[in-house]
Amino acid sequence: MMERRNMPTLRDLASTIRSKNAGVDHITFDIIFKERANFEKVRDAKVLSPSIVAVLLRIPPERVTDFVVFEPANAIKFTIRRERPSGSPGERDVFGSQQYAPLFDVEVP
Amino acid sequence: MTEITILCPTGHLGFTPLEKDSFLAGCELKPDFIIADSGSCDIGPYPLGADGQASPSAWQRHDLEVMLLAARRLGVPMIIGSASDTGTDRGVAQYVALIEEIAAEHGLAPFRMAAIESEITPADLRARLAAGTPVTGLDGRPEADDALLARTDRVVAVMDAEPIASALKQGADVVIAGRASDCALFAAPILNAGMTPATAYYAGKLMECASFCCEPFMGKESIFGRIREDDIRVTAMHPGQCCTPASLASHAMYERRDPFREYVVSGYVDMSECRYEQMGEKTTRASGARFVPSATPMVKLEGAGKVGERRLAVVGMRDPYMIQNIDKAIGWARARLAERFGAPEEAGWQVFYHLYGRDGVMGAMDPTAPTQPHEIGVVVETLCQDGKRGEEICALAARNLFYARLPEVKGTAGAAALMSDEVLIGKPGYEWTLNHVMPVKEAGEMFRTRFVAVDGAARRAA
Repeated sequence: MMERRNMPTLRDLASTIRSKNAGVDHITFDIIFKERANFEKVRDAKVLSPSIVAVLLRIPPERVTDFVVFEPANAIKFTIRRERPSGSPGERDVFGSQQYAPLFDVEVP
Repeated sequence: MTEITILCPTGHLGFTPLEKDSFLAGCELKPDFIIADSGSCDIGPYPLGADGQASPSAWQRHDLEVMLLAARRLGVPMIIGSASDTGTDRGVAQYVALIEEIAAEHGLAPFRMAAIESEITPADLRARLAAGTPVTGLDGRPEADDALLARTDRVVAVMDAEPIASALKQGADVVIAGRASDCALFAAPILNAGMTPATAYYAGKLMECASFCCEPFMGKESIFGRIREDDIRVTAMHPGQCCTPASLASHAMYERRDPFREYVVSGYVDMSECRYEQMGEKTTRASGARFVPSATPMVKLEGAGKVGERRLAVVGMRDPYMIQNIDKAIGWARARLAERFGAPEEAGWQVFYHLYGRDGVMGAMDPTAPTQPHEIGVVVETLCQDGKRGEEICALAARNLFYARLPEVKGTAGAAALMSDEVLIGKPGYEWTLNHVMPVKEAGEMFRTRFVAVDGAARRAA
């Protein structure tokens, strides 16, 4: 267990953290902030990047296909390629809607 | 200045019933069009592959009835796309029949309905492939070949606004479209009004999920769009919802890889310079989209094919030693299955052990350090061409956990708890085989439109 520090996490700062299918071959993650200041804090702290989310989700970096800071929505968005198309045999999450939880604990200095 | 108003009550007609109050409030504003999409790929490949539906007919009928009665009362066209979840010919025929039934039941005065089919046969696609048309994979998929098409049972082509706009020009009061880009349903009347594809498709993109583009989060509530060239105003119709720059912009990126581009047959909408401004409490104005036409129209193809019969069993574990050694127990069970049924890939079967309580939701992507849950739920999923053999494989895959031979099991009367000693029949397993694009001469060439004269009053009398 990592020592618990008093640093805010994405769970504290973001108003929406979600994952969802983007087509049949990808899952996209949206981290949206109600407060512009929180968005800027996270954006500027650079606690999210393609390589960071690849490590977080334990996937090879080439499976992170898109990473965008989306200013009009105060949002950071990234997309990963699925292990196999949605709904294939062995599927765990047809809609891709429960893959975001590991983002909650990302600390923001 | 030309202006079009559109009322959208739901982002997926029939998936759960639409909310009538905000819809009727929207009708009070006398929209020029009532539009909703009824399909999605999110439901997995089964409905398309098996040509079934994901939503109960009763809910589909409910939504169609609410919309049709309002549209006919207001005397405005109604447009439905991706009929019955998948937009196959079956879906179009089903919705056409529902509209006729509802019209008869309510004795509606005569109107003209257009049905636009978008299904193509794997054989047709094979012929195009043989004639040298490339069928290019999207999202990193390889180009389609005969082997891929052999694994494909059903294919739909995804239309843009062109066939729908054309049906409206020919006087359609109701359009039932097969598989269509969600935004195309909205773009069609906006294009017919002489506005640019940028405004038309962008307005569609913003409006297609109804109240999802507003806040706080609510599904199945209506939104009202007032569209002028490069000036799209979206208003929440539910008294408790507002459309804000944040909610509208965050919807623009929903369910998509790239928040800046929306692709349709004839090109893509570039949303990178879009602006969002609050216009009164419940309304946000969006502008600044650009449309980039493609050199060659590219039609998207969605296809699904059957993998095998699926069987399921549910097993629990409480013994801490078993839970700690669950991977070994599964390894042992897999080895015994292979002994009896042959190696999975050669003998044509698959088994998946879903470990709920450990990593059943995220699998290998779960970064949580392994801890020992006090109990674990295992869903055993097997696939096999032959259902009878699949049942046998599934039963053994589950019972082998019960009999798992691990050196220090103390509970020698059974190493697992069977929720019940039975094998459940799952829906057959399908996979998305096609997520591809194919060049066409004209945007509309893959789609077939027919007109149906509906006379509810005459049908009721008959």
